[in-house]
Amino acid sequence: MLSNNKLADVFEKRENEIASKWLELQFADGRKVSPAAQTEAGRRSRDFLGALKNATRRGADINSNDWTPVRDFLTDLSAGQAKNGSSPSETATFVFSLKQPVFTALREEHGKDPAALGDAIWEATELLDKLGLLTTEIYQKTRESVISRQQQEMLELSTPVVRLWENILALPLIGTLDSARTQIVMQNLLEAIVQTRSDFAIIDITGVPVVDTLVAQHLLKTVAAARLMGADCLISGIRPQIAQTIIHLGVDLTNVTTKATLADAFALALKRSGHAVVRDNSKPGASK
Amino acid sequence: MERIPILKMGEYLLVTIQVDMHDRLALTLQDDLTTQIVKHRSRGVLIDISTLEMVDSFIGRMLGSIASMARLLDAETVVVGMQPSVAITLVELGLSLQGIRTALDVEKGMVTLKSSITESTQDGDTSPEF
Repeated sequence: MLSNNKLADVFEKRENEIASKWLELQFADGRKVSPAAQTEAGRRSRDFLGALKNATRRGADINSNDWTPVRDFLTDLSAGQAKNGSSPSETATFVFSLKQPVFTALREEHGKDPAALGDAIWEATELLDKLGLLTTEIYQKTRESVISRQQQEMLELSTPVVRLWENILALPLIGTLDSARTQIVMQNLLEAIVQTRSDFAIIDITGVPVVDTLVAQHLLKTVAAARLMGADCLISGIRPQIAQTIIHLGVDLTNVTTKATLADAFALALKRSGHAVVRDNSKPGASK
Repeated sequence: MERIPILKMGEYLLVTIQVDMHDRLALTLQDDLTTQIVKHRSRGVLIDISTLEMVDSFIGRMLGSIASMARLLDAETVVVGMQPSVAITLVELGLSLQGIRTALDVEKGMVTLKSSITESTQDGDTSPEF
């Protein structure tokens, strides 16, 4: 393609000129940049221009094999930026800021022939836009992979079963309850009941931000499953708003023992299992 | 024909399910158990399902109906040793077996059985007010 070769010719002829102008533009927004970062940016820009030059010579389709080095370069760059916490526009600017020096160079080459100049500029715009979109897409993908990894980690972390007394377990729930989490919570609780031979399990929902019908249903299922295993299940940590929501939603919790705080539920479990907590008045901390 | 043994221990009946439960077996058990309750005038039934690894809705419902039948014959039923996966399956099937008493193992089940029978005996002793 003729116009494409124009672009390649310009890259060939004026590579250094474009590179230095581009570098200036990248730091034109007045940020403080350390000399090391500047050298790094310079090296990066020259590498990219080199790869871009070779690729334009071979064809305009950025999905073809000839463009693999350019794509790989941008993939590394965007992924790095995404992990560093740069914004998507910062990442895309790397490519878009190349437009001005390229256009200037093209105008100087083809200034006398408006038609050729138009063609060449259109070609360059199309190419750089595609590359810019590619960086944004990769940036997005990297972010998504970070998010899904974190979700996985949260799922693993968030369901500890705590032993409060010789036959009393507590399950402090933190965060939103969905089906996948409930399944894990239920399994963990039931296995802990078998392991510790516990008679009581207290599910504390202080850390659950929202209780809707689905969450309530999940809770009821967990309670029912624990009961089938022979353990008594108490629910604690119901905040005033949550109590209101539960009633407004018409969720029936009458078959479940509920307490406002974990302490109340623990006291009840102790009482039901035949334990009594007695204050020793001879101790200094007792006279309150 | 294959049968699940029912052991008599004083005023209790002990059933340990140690084979794969299929529908025919479940019906036979239901039949045998009701007969035995009447024959021995048992006050309590303890069903140990700790080796049961799979349940379906039929077996789940059967456990429920055995408990109801036993109650009609004035005997308490305790199901013990349910495995976590079985409990989850039953709940997901919508069978939470509301009428049945449950316990973690045979030992705790015996305690539950004894206390519930004492309770019901005391209830029987106090004369109704109306």
